Amino acid sequence: MGLLPLLLRGAPKRFLRASGSYRSLYESNSRRRRHGTDAAAADQAVNSRADHRPDDQMLDFPGAKAAFTSRMEFISPNAAEAVPCFRILDDLGRALDGSDIPEVDSSLAVKMYHTMVRLQTFDSIFYEAQRQGRISFYLTNIGEEALNVASAAALTKDDVVFPQYREHGVLMWRGFTLDEFANQCFSNEAGHGKGRQMPIHYGSEKLNYFTISSPIATQLPHAVGAAYGLKMDRKNACAVTYFGDGGSSEGDFHAACNFAAVLEAPVLFVCRNNGYAISTPACEQYKGDGIVVRGRGYGMTSIRVDGNDALAVFKAVSAARKLAVEQSKPVLIEAMTYRVGHHSTSDDSTKYRSGEEIAHWRSVRDPVLRFRRWLESNAWWSVEDEKELRGAARKEVISAMNQAEKKNKPPLSELFTDVYDTLPRNLLEQEATLRDTVSKNPPSLAPH
Amino acid sequence: RAYVFGEDVKFGGVFRCTSGLADAFGTHRVFNTPLCEQGLVGFGIGLAAMGNRAIAEIQFADYIFPAFDQATAKFRYRSGNAFNCGGLTVRSPYGAVGHGGHYHSQSPEAFFCHVPGLKVVIPRNPSQAKGLLLASIRDPNPVIFFEPKWLYRLSVDEVPEGDYMLPLSNAEVIREGTDITLVAWGAQLAVMQQACAEAEKEGISCELIDLRTLIPWDKELVEASVNKTGKLIVSHEAPVTGGFGAEIAATIAERCFLRLEAPIARVCGLDTPFPLVFEPFYMPTANKVSTA
Repeated sequence: MGLLPLLLRGAPKRFLRASGSYRSLYESNSRRRRHGTDAAAADQAVNSRADHRPDDQMLDFPGAKAAFTSRMEFISPNAAEAVPCFRILDDLGRALDGSDIPEVDSSLAVKMYHTMVRLQTFDSIFYEAQRQGRISFYLTNIGEEALNVASAAALTKDDVVFPQYREHGVLMWRGFTLDEFANQCFSNEAGHGKGRQMPIHYGSEKLNYFTISSPIATQLPHAVGAAYGLKMDRKNACAVTYFGDGGSSEGDFHAACNFAAVLEAPVLFVCRNNGYAISTPACEQYKGDGIVVRGRGYGMTSIRVDGNDALAVFKAVSAARKLAVEQSKPVLIEAMTYRVGHHSTSDDSTKYRSGEEIAHWRSVRDPVLRFRRWLESNAWWSVEDEKELRGAARKEVISAMNQAEKKNKPPLSELFTDVYDTLPRNLLEQEATLRDTVSKNPPSLAPH
Repeated sequence: RAYVFGEDVKFGGVFRCTSGLADAFGTHRVFNTPLCEQGLVGFGIGLAAMGNRAIAEIQFADYIFPAFDQATAKFRYRSGNAFNCGGLTVRSPYGAVGHGGHYHSQSPEAFFCHVPGLKVVIPRNPSQAKGLLLASIRDPNPVIFFEPKWLYRLSVDEVPEGDYMLPLSNAEVIREGTDITLVAWGAQLAVMQQACAEAEKEGISCELIDLRTLIPWDKELVEASVNKTGKLIVSHEAPVTGGFGAEIAATIAERCFLRLEAPIARVCGLDTPFPLVFEPFYMPTANKVSTA
């Protein structure tokens, strides 16, 4: 009997994976176990394990490799301190001591600033346009301009973006024109999406920005699939997806994070933690330390960054992108920020937060002003430049709005196209019936 | 650029549908996903949106519901055709298997037939399955492909070896007749064949149609048949209320009203969750069809 265990080969692989000095112990144990019926051998195996102090023993379950412990210690729900938040500039736009300023030269910095201002201007004018009944709906990015633009500036045009809906600055950075924004908002025939969705549901194939849709977080698993495709195609690109603190509660967030880590997809998960999901404050959204701590739960690299610090966002996203593309791994970035505007034109946030709070973040904590101060400190921006830019931006936005408003709505045929790649018979019939109805009815229904 | 993925797909799948694929194509193309239907369909949409053929498997159609939000097929429409996920095909075993109970027997096709932009395809045997699946994978629209699990082990067929496709949105007359039209899909056709044979003995000539694609469905073929016979029975395992038979009945009533000689009958599952021990009573059996 004694020789037989030695003759048996081929210990099950999982035993061989145990680390360190226990490997040989496991191998010999497993050979004995494969014998199966030998109780004495089993006893011997158990006893030899028990010879070691409990804390030295390694756990060899397929589900986890960890050391044993004889102390029952629950892990507390929160660490002693919250995960620190990376920033480079202070609230007045001054570089903090010991900061490592990323490579942002004057032309890049000025371009970023231009985009932030244009975004602010567009938001302000189009919000008013909705209030005047000229468009049906609008949603602003106020307070998150730096996060939008700086993160976009850290990406390349080949990186594919899966937005939620408060990332118009990313699209603007990439080159979506004011006309294109305005056309979509006015649902005219030149607009992206052929007038089918509410205003602000932009998208652009040539700018690699997937069309915005209202449901929360559904884009997260899409980004993972797209990233996987990029990896398999060996592209020097990653997928980037944005979502809010509210979006992180959705099942799709959990699904996407887990898939991205397991399948090793080069995707950046950028959480815009702006403190509110419509009226629900962050303290009613989660009990843990925000979203960054969940990264470790999925086996994913993560970082918390000051989302209102354009330089910090730029640096963090650049580094994350590099990691994702070079190592085919996902990264979770929690960008702390504040939603200065109402959720949308259908919301009045003074009903659930104080005017003082809003005013504070709109003024003292304005990320655009903060960045501007840094530009000014480098002598890259002046009061005259500011006046000129604000004036020009306003003119351009108003012009785009007026042009868009004048254009025709899309033709009726576009109600039926793109449901499938070609029109199936049921839609051909329905279109014929509809046109017939319309032709017999007053012109108010008339399309063209 | 095709990928096959889902729960337990790598070793071959719980029904062996994907056996050998991982060895043949590598585990980066044929792989397991974590246990999450909404994740795996969402992932498939992203892969497809980048121009790949994403063939996702939902282990049992009973578990497809978490993925429903992802499956609402507006990707092309909402983007004005800038983007699409036509490369997505979701395969899933459905239907009664004799011992499946609530969660291994369901026929959820009706839920998906209500989604503009999706195609729903159901084969009745292996040679149909091959042609229809290839067509579904290559179709530039997202397709849900329900496979009758009852037939995985039962159905024996001569399947041509080469590459071939069968057209989608084309129903097929699999038995010609003159007295009554019967419409069904998937495993139910075997039941219908039995009922037709019984009816033949009593001198009733039945025309049996396999719908094959449920949306967009081949109204013209069914209409032509009912114009010939004047009578229609639709049969499916899914519960009768709100089942896809209702859509067929309503459409044919509209189109063939003056030709119909009798009310359209539906012989379907009962309006209950799918029971285990009561399965034989729940099912739309050949007896029930014959009676109708």
